[in-house]
Amino acid sequence: MILQLVIEQGLNGLQFGVTLFLMAAGLTLVFGVMDVIHLSHGSFYMMGAFLTASLGSRFDSYLIGLALAIPAVALIGMAVEWIAIRRLYQRQHLDQVLATFGLIMIFNELVRMVWGSQPIFLSPPAALAGTVEVLPGIPYPLFRLAILAAGLAVAVLLAVMIRRTRLGMRLRAGASDRAMAGALGVDIDRLFTIVFGLGAGLAALAGGMAGTVLSVQVGMGESILILAFVVVVIGGIGSIKGALVGAILVGLVDTLARTALPVALRSAMAASQADSVAASLSSTSVYLLMVLVLAWRPKGLYGART
Amino acid sequence: MAEPLLATAGLVKRYGGVVAVDHVTLAVERGHLHAVIGPNGAGKSTLIGLLSGEMAPGAGTIRFNGHDVTRLHVHRRARLGLARSFQVTSIFHSFGVLANVVLAVQAHAGHSFRFWRPASRDPALVEPALAALERVGLAERRHDPAATLSHGERRQLELAMALAGDPAMLLLDEPMAGMGPEDGRRMVALLESLKGERTILLVEHDMDAVFQLADRISVLVYGAVIASGRPDDIRADAEVRRAYLGEAA
Amino acid sequence: MAPAPELRRRLALAVLLLAALALPPVLAALGQGYYVGFAARVLIMAMAALSLDLVMGLGGMVSFGHAAFLGIGAYVVGIGSWHVFEGVPLPFGLAGSENALVVWPLAMLAAGLAALGIGAVSLRTTGIHFIMITLAFAQMLFYLAGGLKTYGGDDGITLYSRSSLGGLNLSDPFTFYYLCLGLLAAVLAAFLRLADSRFGMVLKGVRDNERRMRALGFPTYRYKLAAFTLSGAVCGLAGALLANASEFAGPAYMGWQRSGELLVMVVLGGMGSLVGAVLGAAALLILEEALAGLTQHWQLLLGALLLLLALSARRGLWGWLGGGGRHG
Repeated sequence: MILQLVIEQGLNGLQFGVTLFLMAAGLTLVFGVMDVIHLSHGSFYMMGAFLTASLGSRFDSYLIGLALAIPAVALIGMAVEWIAIRRLYQRQHLDQVLATFGLIMIFNELVRMVWGSQPIFLSPPAALAGTVEVLPGIPYPLFRLAILAAGLAVAVLLAVMIRRTRLGMRLRAGASDRAMAGALGVDIDRLFTIVFGLGAGLAALAGGMAGTVLSVQVGMGESILILAFVVVVIGGIGSIKGALVGAILVGLVDTLARTALPVALRSAMAASQADSVAASLSSTSVYLLMVLVLAWRPKGLYGART
Repeated sequence: MAEPLLATAGLVKRYGGVVAVDHVTLAVERGHLHAVIGPNGAGKSTLIGLLSGEMAPGAGTIRFNGHDVTRLHVHRRARLGLARSFQVTSIFHSFGVLANVVLAVQAHAGHSFRFWRPASRDPALVEPALAALERVGLAERRHDPAATLSHGERRQLELAMALAGDPAMLLLDEPMAGMGPEDGRRMVALLESLKGERTILLVEHDMDAVFQLADRISVLVYGAVIASGRPDDIRADAEVRRAYLGEAA
Repeated sequence: MAPAPELRRRLALAVLLLAALALPPVLAALGQGYYVGFAARVLIMAMAALSLDLVMGLGGMVSFGHAAFLGIGAYVVGIGSWHVFEGVPLPFGLAGSENALVVWPLAMLAAGLAALGIGAVSLRTTGIHFIMITLAFAQMLFYLAGGLKTYGGDDGITLYSRSSLGGLNLSDPFTFYYLCLGLLAAVLAAFLRLADSRFGMVLKGVRDNERRMRALGFPTYRYKLAAFTLSGAVCGLAGALLANASEFAGPAYMGWQRSGELLVMVVLGGMGSLVGAVLGAAALLILEEALAGLTQHWQLLLGALLLLLALSARRGLWGWLGGGGRHG
């Protein structure tokens, strides 16, 4: 019984963690390489979910919907970079906050105009609908496992890309010293557009997958955006490795708090009271984690840049 | 003999595996202009950082004016009378020239939890600030925005800010960096006029200026002091000539 | 040469004050009396934006969590009122209160203490980390407020009456408006005075070059913390007024979008000028109101406007009106 709970919730935490990682990976690159605070990253997540739902129902296949939504959102991201973000590189962080705050409003309203304000439900493919026994006698939804596997696969791919490919080399050069990278003949403008598109695509993947677990609605991007920022700051700005470690940590802490706190509080107070108090306390756990990490390491776990 | 105003003993600073400052023992006598020279990467900037308190040493002690300041914060050392200028000019760009120096005076005029009276009309702040501007020859530009000063004038302003708190000692980090010959001569004359009046630790690349001004010179190579003495002795020191001036002895 | 901009600045301020004084009767004469309540809310948000400009514009501390202090101020008023209405004593046998002279200072005290605590931790970081850590603290308070089951949880507290203040009837829109105006004017005057004082000079010095300030001998941390605390307390007062204006206190006041709105107001009006924060708050709220009357998709227009504003080089509304931007 206890074992089942621990494994189930542990897997839930990991699955939430990889979703966060997909968001945070793009954010930390944009943050670390381009030095831009990009608040509207959650909009790509939201659009990924909506496009997956729409395209998925048109082609009658969730996977085709997701496969089309990712490049579509990546293209939207590149367009946004080209039109707006590009003009913010040399600006103060405050201008970036203001501009991307405006972008959130624009995207939210556009989505509301196209899809309306009602939540949409996105169902996973039938082939992945059942449960599997992760351990004898402990069933777990197959689709959640698939999300976990896909997220981890992307993390590995991303790590390989950054370590082994030319693009990755340029990224690392750009992140550590922009002027130097420019002097070495890296086309910074193009590199940034690509990074931004990549980040948008990853966010769309996260949104398309998370949409099957949560409901797809306007504003879904903001709640995960703030958590993704927490992950980026915990992991250290600009560090993919930090984003992964931070995301798993945040995912586990959040899920652990949500599971353990109601149980712990029920022994101290009435059940209904305990559940609601636990809900609000557990929502703060992640932020508390961030404050503790920053108090211990002001630049985050893997952050070196000032 | 009186205790030196500033004395370090066995000062060490490491970055990872690199030793930037290697057991530096240094004594600056009261009233002296003591210059520290050395090739690029010798650890001069790190030494300044350690002395001013921006970095903490791995080992060793720093005594200043009778106090052990090794673990004191930057602002505490400044309040004890250790003023500094920066290698890269460090002024308040959105302030006027006079306001820059007023702020420097204010740092030494008790706490600043005063919320009502305008600081720029407070004679207790403005008069010493004007005096410091006069001293460096910038008084006629007191009403201009600091951002409009030329490079040489900004360095003068820095010096005025360092002088404004009536410090016991000046730590000057390459005050002549990036100056043309004209500005450089003016700065040398200014330092010459401060000699004897203030104790000065001068880190400088301009060898002519150093040998002209200094009472004592210490030579830093690879983080270690390889020689320390009067300018004539340093000029004649074989090891210095070999290690620093790059001559075969 | 020198006095001309100063004179213009004072003139512009006087015109603004006169316009604010004349607004309620003018609105009433135009048959738009409903908008007096809206105008009071503008004044209140202006006070919150002003408190943010103190730390952000003068001190260079970009707080992305100021809505937390707004919410705390509102909750103090809400909780005081709730206990009066329910007849339930507070812990330690304290009675609830609706007396503004008790509750509003308490709101300032609570918000100020929260700011002291949050600032003490957050001010150890700078730049982007400061932005994020203030956001994190505000989010924590947001969720904690939602967990206050006694006080309505996510739904918050609905006030049954406004605070009482001597013989004044705060439920009268005109009285409430002029009270808000008086408080805002007092805060603005005090802050303008503070900006040129020794304390203000230290804040501006920190904004320009904190490293230099330390080298000059300023213990910068404690000045920043003092400013942050003061700012939180004033924002708490704005929260107390806001709870009165909308007769409601809830987590909705503390969300990160609200903090973002405050940032927008300050930038829109012109950072560091203080008067600009007031203008920015007015501009943003009036714009929202006007666009919402125009189309249901007003957020699209407002978003586009913010984007354009951020992309264009600008000195903010106050600079544009001739008030001048930041200066030492």
